[in-house]
Amino acid sequence: MPQPLNYLKETASQTAGPYVHIGLIPAMAGFDIFEKNFSNVLVTPNTKGERITLEGRVLDGTGTPLRDVLLEIWQANAAGRYNHPADRSAGALEQEFRGWGRAGSDFDSGLVSFETIKPGAIIDKAGRKCAPHVNVWIVARGINIGLNTRLYFSDEEAANAADPVLNLVEPPVRRKTLVATRSERAGKVVYAFTINLQGPEETVFFDV
Amino acid sequence: MNAQAPFAALQDPRLNRPEPFTPRDGGFFQRDRSIHPPAHAPGYKSSVLRSPRQALLSLENSISEITGPVFGQNDLGPLDNDLIRNYAKDGDPVGERIIVHGRVLDETGRGVPNTLVEFWQANAGGRYRHKKDTYLAPIDPNFGGCGRALTDDTGYYYFRTVKPGPYPWRNYVNSWRPAHIHFSVFGSGFAQRLITQMYFEGDPLIPVCPILTTIPDKDALDRLVAPLDLNASTPFDSLAYRFDIVLRGQRSTYFENRSEGN
Repeated sequence: MPQPLNYLKETASQTAGPYVHIGLIPAMAGFDIFEKNFSNVLVTPNTKGERITLEGRVLDGTGTPLRDVLLEIWQANAAGRYNHPADRSAGALEQEFRGWGRAGSDFDSGLVSFETIKPGAIIDKAGRKCAPHVNVWIVARGINIGLNTRLYFSDEEAANAADPVLNLVEPPVRRKTLVATRSERAGKVVYAFTINLQGPEETVFFDV
Repeated sequence: MNAQAPFAALQDPRLNRPEPFTPRDGGFFQRDRSIHPPAHAPGYKSSVLRSPRQALLSLENSISEITGPVFGQNDLGPLDNDLIRNYAKDGDPVGERIIVHGRVLDETGRGVPNTLVEFWQANAGGRYRHKKDTYLAPIDPNFGGCGRALTDDTGYYYFRTVKPGPYPWRNYVNSWRPAHIHFSVFGSGFAQRLITQMYFEGDPLIPVCPILTTIPDKDALDRLVAPLDLNASTPFDSLAYRFDIVLRGQRSTYFENRSEGN
C-alpha cells in the first residue's frame, strides 16, 4: 500500500447572492463603513498609459442586463507587467498601479464601468507575445461559481489574430465575444463590451 | 559546487523557456469541478437564466492567472475585523457575540499568508443592511454587517461579530436560508479567487437549503459547516466558531531569493 497523498480539497464555491455589495462595495448597499474602499478606478494621476473606460453589461438568458452583478478586473500595466512578485518580466513595474478593480452594475441600467489604462502586450511562458487583455471575474446571485473571461481590444486586430488564447477558441466565430469595441465619447476612449451568460452569442468562459 | 549551477539548469535551452520564466513557475492545480456546484442547478432557480451552457474553455495557467492583486495593512482600517464595533452608533449590536477564526490554506496544506479575506452577513434578525432587502426583521442601528482581514504569516485570520439569523427568500415559497456568513478570498493568484459561505454546526436548515444543496459532494458541503470551538471562545463574552478555507494548490513558484524551493 503506497503512502496516501494527503492533499486537501478546495473549499466549495457558493453564490455571492444579491447582497454582495454589503461586503465588497458597501457604498452601493447604501452605507459607509470602511475608511478605505476599493473601487472601479484603477488609475492615479501618475499612472502611465492611455486612459480608457471599460463599459458594458452582463446579460442573462433572456437578454436582460443583470442589475446586481459584480465584476473584478485584473490587468497588466502599460508596459505589459503585472504588479505581482510572480511576474518578473522586463517591463517596468509601477508601484502606483495595482492593476485590480471591482465594480457593481448600476441598479437601474445594469451598466458596469471601469476607469483604467490600456494594458501592454504580455510575453507568455513560451516567449510568445499575447495581445493586450484584461482578465475579468464575474459573480452574482444565481452564479454558483465565479466566471472567468477576458476582454481584448478591437483596435488590436493583428495582435488578437496571433494571440495564443484567442486561437484556442473554437469555433472561431466565438472569438468576437471576447473583444471590446473602441469608440470615443466626449474626447474619452471607451471600450464597450457585452457578456452573454447564455444564448447563441454566449461569451467564452474559461476553466483557468 | 558552482553556486550558479541551479540557475544554469533552469536556463537549459532545451526547455525553450527564456528567462525570467522557469520550469518551476507555479501554476495552480486543476480545479476539481465535482466538488463545486454546477452552473445550472435548477433547484436554485436564479441559476437557470444565469448559467453558461457551453463548456468552459480549459486554459493552461498563464502569467495572467498565477498573478493577482496584492493587499497590505494600509488597505484596511483598525476596526475592519470587528463587526461589533465598526458600525456601532450608540451601543452594541443585538445578538449572540461570536468570534470566527481559522486559516486560509492551499491544497498542499500550506497557509496562504497576507491575503485579503472579506465577509458580510445579515444581522441577528436575519436582515441585511442593503437597500434591496425588505424582510420584516428590523435593521439593527449598530450593525453594518461587513468586515475584512488580512491573514498573518501562517494564513490565520479572525474577526468578531454577532451570529446572523436565518431568513426566508423567494425560491420555493417556504425556502429559508440557514444562518451563514459570506466569504470572499483572494489567495496569491487571480485563479484562486473564491466566494463561498460559512454555515454553523447544528443548524437544522442546512439539509433543506436550495443554495447549499447545489453542492453535489457531501464532504464538500460538510467542509462549509464551521464547528463550535469552545477552546477559542472568550469566557462570559463570546462563543467561537472555527472555519478553515482551502484555496487551490500551487506548484512551486521559483523566486530568486529562494532558489532551493519553498
